[in-house]
Amino acid sequence: MNFEDKDYRIRVGLAEMLKGGVIMDVINPEQAKIAEQSGAVAVMALERVPADIRAEGGVARMAAPEVIESIKAAVTIPVMAKCRIGHFAEAEILQALEVDFVDESEVLTPADYENHIDKWTFKVPFVCGCRNLGEALRRVAEGAAMIRTKGEAGTGDVSEAVKHLREINREIKKLTVMAKEDLYRVAKELRAPLSVVMMVAETGRLPVPNFAAGGIATPADAALVMKLGAEAVFVGSGIFKSANPEKRGRAIVTAVTQFNDARAVADCSRGLGEAMKGISTAEIPEEKLLHVR
Amino acid sequence: MRSSLHIGVLALQGDFERHLRQLHLLNVSGREVRCREELSGLDGLIIPGGESTAMNELIDRFAMRDALGDFIRTRVVWGTCAGSILLAREVDDRRIRPFGAMDISVIRNGYGRQIHSFYAEITARLNGDTRLLRASFIRAPIIARYGNGVMVLAEYGGRPVLLEQPNCMVSTFHTELHDNPLLTTYFLDKIISRGRPKSASSAYRSVS
Repeated sequence: MNFEDKDYRIRVGLAEMLKGGVIMDVINPEQAKIAEQSGAVAVMALERVPADIRAEGGVARMAAPEVIESIKAAVTIPVMAKCRIGHFAEAEILQALEVDFVDESEVLTPADYENHIDKWTFKVPFVCGCRNLGEALRRVAEGAAMIRTKGEAGTGDVSEAVKHLREINREIKKLTVMAKEDLYRVAKELRAPLSVVMMVAETGRLPVPNFAAGGIATPADAALVMKLGAEAVFVGSGIFKSANPEKRGRAIVTAVTQFNDARAVADCSRGLGEAMKGISTAEIPEEKLLHVR
Repeated sequence: MRSSLHIGVLALQGDFERHLRQLHLLNVSGREVRCREELSGLDGLIIPGGESTAMNELIDRFAMRDALGDFIRTRVVWGTCAGSILLAREVDDRRIRPFGAMDISVIRNGYGRQIHSFYAEITARLNGDTRLLRASFIRAPIIARYGNGVMVLAEYGGRPVLLEQPNCMVSTFHTELHDNPLLTTYFLDKIISRGRPKSASSAYRSVS
């Protein structure tokens, strides 16, 4: 665990370049092109978007190489792909396919319920989901170059992402005003290395970029998470499960850039057609929730 | 003298915050620029790293192209990575309409995908001194050609990576990720030594 490692800084560097942008889930080259034209800074290559994974059930795995390769060939922006939690063989395959970022994602069925991937051993950068500061810092300690909220993927319900962002902000603030002797105990409670906890207490921010994901479906949702301190936005099912993906994709990109200008967000919210229908997370039984993974 | 400058950082997307942090370290007032009105009163502009396709699209979407073009013609600008693509004369991607401020031809992602991104220590010739720069090349462009009026300040692997003209500089790498404001300082001094052009503010007002 060396946060000054040059290769690590290069991995975090790409996350820095994606800030203020939108990363869109796509399942084929056509969608990838639409995403790129709408101003996306990266695409996430998938076989099924989270809403379909949720609806169809079964084991969700890494996408097939030909799906990823066809999407890589279609666009020039970075291409990300998901692997299962703990499935380092899938991650190695994704690295061999030269994807630009790997998402070790709770949206897929976990391969290991005890261990996440040791991300320090990879050259490709990783993003991991989290619900609170403890999770975020454990993933950082494992070498993640970017953190995102888990939210509740595939729902179109932004409430979990909001909860996770607020929770992390609140916990970071608490750390910054704590006496140093309290940090030893807090590190134990957070189940995170003391050195990482001390770094956050000192700087008042996560050591890597912090993006929002999970349930973002409208320009207003995107503006909300940006206002809550997210540095960029992942949109999964929200775009290509809506009535007009071209328009909605563009509008969400506009909202992420102009999130502080309510007039601009209002203007881009016009005439988008229907948003994804979605499902309220309150109606989802505990065992079907993805964010608890 | 430097601290009286007002510097904008194009903030449509990318690592604009890292550039603002360098300005802050130097006690210079920096401002995020997200619309053409925010160019008003600035002495210089930094176009940060990020995705050049996204920035190119948003410049048109937010009707900033003419105002940015006027600013780039009349003031001093610095483009890093994606910024160097937008300031180039030629880009190997027809979707991007570069501003043409710098007489260079650029190949996007010239070194390849992220797995080929790298860190290097490079030597730059700044004001007659040789300075060491810690540099991150992230999905960086390659400058395949530069014109006679362009000065090469640093090379890496036999290729130019830091270049300047009287009113413009470009770097294909990032020093701002290493909290090293050396190039920022160089940029500020370039603005000071060039002075404020008489026509600049009126040129901007005519389009706002």
